[in-house]
Amino acid sequence: MIKDLSLNQLRITRAGKEMIDLTVQIRGGEVLTIMGPSGAGKSTALAAILGTLPDAFQRSGQILLNGQEISTLPTHERRVGLLFQDDVLFPHLSVGANLAFAIPTSVKGRQARAQMVDDALNQAGLAGYAPRDPATLSGGQRARVALMRALLAEPCALLLDEPFSRLDAALRIQIRAFTLQTIRDRQIPAILVTHDAEDAVAAGGQILSPLGHKVVL
Amino acid sequence: MPNKPLPSPRPTSKAGALLRQAPRLTVLLLVAPVAAGLFGTIAPVLRDHAAPMQAVLTWQGLPVAVMLSVKTGVLSTLGALVITLLVVASLGDGRAFRLIQHLLAPLLAVPHAAAALGLAFLIAPSGWLARLVSPWATGWQHPPDLLVLNDPGGWALTLGLMAKEVPFLLLMTLAALPQTDARRRVLQAQSLGAGRVAGFVVGVLPTLYAQLRLPIYAVLAYAMTVVDMAFILGPTLPPTLSAQIVIWMNDPSLSGRDLAAAGATLQVALVLTAIVIWRLAEAVASRLLTRAAWAGLRAPLADRMARPIGLALGFGFAGLLFSGLAGLGLWSVAGLWQFPDATPETLSLTTWRRAGPDLVASTGLTLAIAAVATLAALALVLACLEAEQRFSLSPGANGLFILYLPLIIPQIAFLPGLQSLSLRLGVEGSWWAVAAAHLVFVLPYVFLSLAAPYRSLDPRFRLAAQSLGARPLRLFVTVILPLLLRPILTAMAVGLAVSIGQYLPTLLIGGGRVETLTTEAVALSSGANRRLIGAYGLAQTLLPAAGFALAIALPAIVFRHRRGMEART
Repeated sequence: MIKDLSLNQLRITRAGKEMIDLTVQIRGGEVLTIMGPSGAGKSTALAAILGTLPDAFQRSGQILLNGQEISTLPTHERRVGLLFQDDVLFPHLSVGANLAFAIPTSVKGRQARAQMVDDALNQAGLAGYAPRDPATLSGGQRARVALMRALLAEPCALLLDEPFSRLDAALRIQIRAFTLQTIRDRQIPAILVTHDAEDAVAAGGQILSPLGHKVVL
Repeated sequence: MPNKPLPSPRPTSKAGALLRQAPRLTVLLLVAPVAAGLFGTIAPVLRDHAAPMQAVLTWQGLPVAVMLSVKTGVLSTLGALVITLLVVASLGDGRAFRLIQHLLAPLLAVPHAAAALGLAFLIAPSGWLARLVSPWATGWQHPPDLLVLNDPGGWALTLGLMAKEVPFLLLMTLAALPQTDARRRVLQAQSLGAGRVAGFVVGVLPTLYAQLRLPIYAVLAYAMTVVDMAFILGPTLPPTLSAQIVIWMNDPSLSGRDLAAAGATLQVALVLTAIVIWRLAEAVASRLLTRAAWAGLRAPLADRMARPIGLALGFGFAGLLFSGLAGLGLWSVAGLWQFPDATPETLSLTTWRRAGPDLVASTGLTLAIAAVATLAALALVLACLEAEQRFSLSPGANGLFILYLPLIIPQIAFLPGLQSLSLRLGVEGSWWAVAAAHLVFVLPYVFLSLAAPYRSLDPRFRLAAQSLGARPLRLFVTVILPLLLRPILTAMAVGLAVSIGQYLPTLLIGGGRVETLTTEAVALSSGANRRLIGAYGLAQTLLPAAGFALAIALPAIVFRHRRGMEART
């Protein structure tokens, strides 16, 4: 199945002011970067795709995931994954339970789910971390768990909301490479929101402003 | 080409539709009993050209009873407010302040009746204080013939009320303080040359007071109409108006009920008048404050005075409460304890052994009522708060006012009406009818306790779970509830404490046949068996205290391997 995320004349205004105007197709494995200074409404685009746009915003246009309009679906049925600036791991659950939470309920049986958790941890180079308290992991380890958690939900698209900005320089390059490579391997369409030029270049895809202008770096 | 706006996504499951109605149901449960009760109380008074009202107005004791009600209510509220503000304004966030913060929960957990009994044991002519200074300082070999307790001026009652009101107002103040930007404003004022206290008064107090207004009105209304404390500490012949109303209610003759209803009507008018006058006084105080700001209030002397006074009064009242409770405990295990002795000659468990079966029964019933009321309140509050989050509802100022309605309209005013209603429905005297009545008073406190932590939960946890495909119910059960375990348990402990402490609703809706620890303790207080009173008072205190202890211990045990869930101090 070819995965693709299309925004068709997605326009968002607030109190008459235009914040988002995007028409773009993102194929599986591609990363679209939306770039602009803070407060320019980058995250507004993500909220629209997730279905969490506050009522104060007016939205028009289409959001198509694999050709299907998703903008009338509730957030949990959209199959759009999200990575935050921080890892937002659930502090009351172990690393393993955090990961297992994301596995679709169609996967039955404790054994099968535990196996998927172990596989995911192996891929992230964190074999044996399932029983750990997330608060005892390093920043880089937590970032990798967060990525694996998002992927275990089998998303049809991934949204990255400045996920590297809180990491220090060395870790940032490493986690960024790991994340982008995983997205390419899984052939998932992704949107990266950032104000960092290095992130945008590393993403390797189109770079647009919130109003749909090409950004030249 | 203009695009057509799309409808926003609205999950419309049956459960979701039901959840959406939770706030409405809660409002109904708060307003309906108060309204129906008030109507039931006031309507009979208007019969026969308001004959019952005329009977009350010609009662000889009325002027004194009314004066007592106003005096004890207003003075205790004003005193508690001043002490609270002194503590907050002068202590900053140093060690003394943190200690007071830690003392708050146990102080709040003490039921009014137990606090009053403890205080009575302390200040009575034969009480602990008199014993401590006798005979070496006073020469008393027998208890002196002094009306310290139940004094006609109502001072013992005022003192008792303050001891319970200071912790409550302090808690409300601490909750409101973060929203006032207090630290920076005081610092700013100090950098302009004002003292700490002056900076607090000019810079923080107006914002703070706006948030304290409803709690203060609730305290004022409560203090003016309290019954259990008035029976234990207040004057007799005449007692305060509210205590007299209950005496009339217990009068088997029909005219007694009419008098009670008329008295209750008068009591509502009295409380509402007091609140209006208090409101006017606020306006005057606000003018004075503006004038002080224009005059460049510096008040360097206030800084040196406020701290020791605030500390002394704050810890003084805490000490009064705690030593009163210690007195209850000591009496309950006292063998022979003659007058001038400061401690009993012998200790014995006889009292506990004899009262054991009755105590266990009362405790079981008290707990059952408290558990039902608290669980019902918790379910409603969680549904309201979750509906608020899920449907992006914004609670208005009206919502907050409705929450305070059962706390501001005096219990004595609408409970007689509810009692008539429960008699007509044939549920008077059943324990679950008492629990239903408790719910009206438990609900606001559970809501107030849980709302802030619920609303301030990081919204990204919700979003993360949703983006991982979690349905609303799963999100609520596996993410929201465990993350909020600590505040939920605290809210439950608050609910239990409120229910355990209820006297009037238990007495009236229970028809005197539902005997909880509180009704028993108050009933015993008119007798002379100090050992038994001590046992009941202590049991009544230990029960809510155990609830708070569990609320602290359970999350610590459940999340002992989760550093991210540690309590933030």
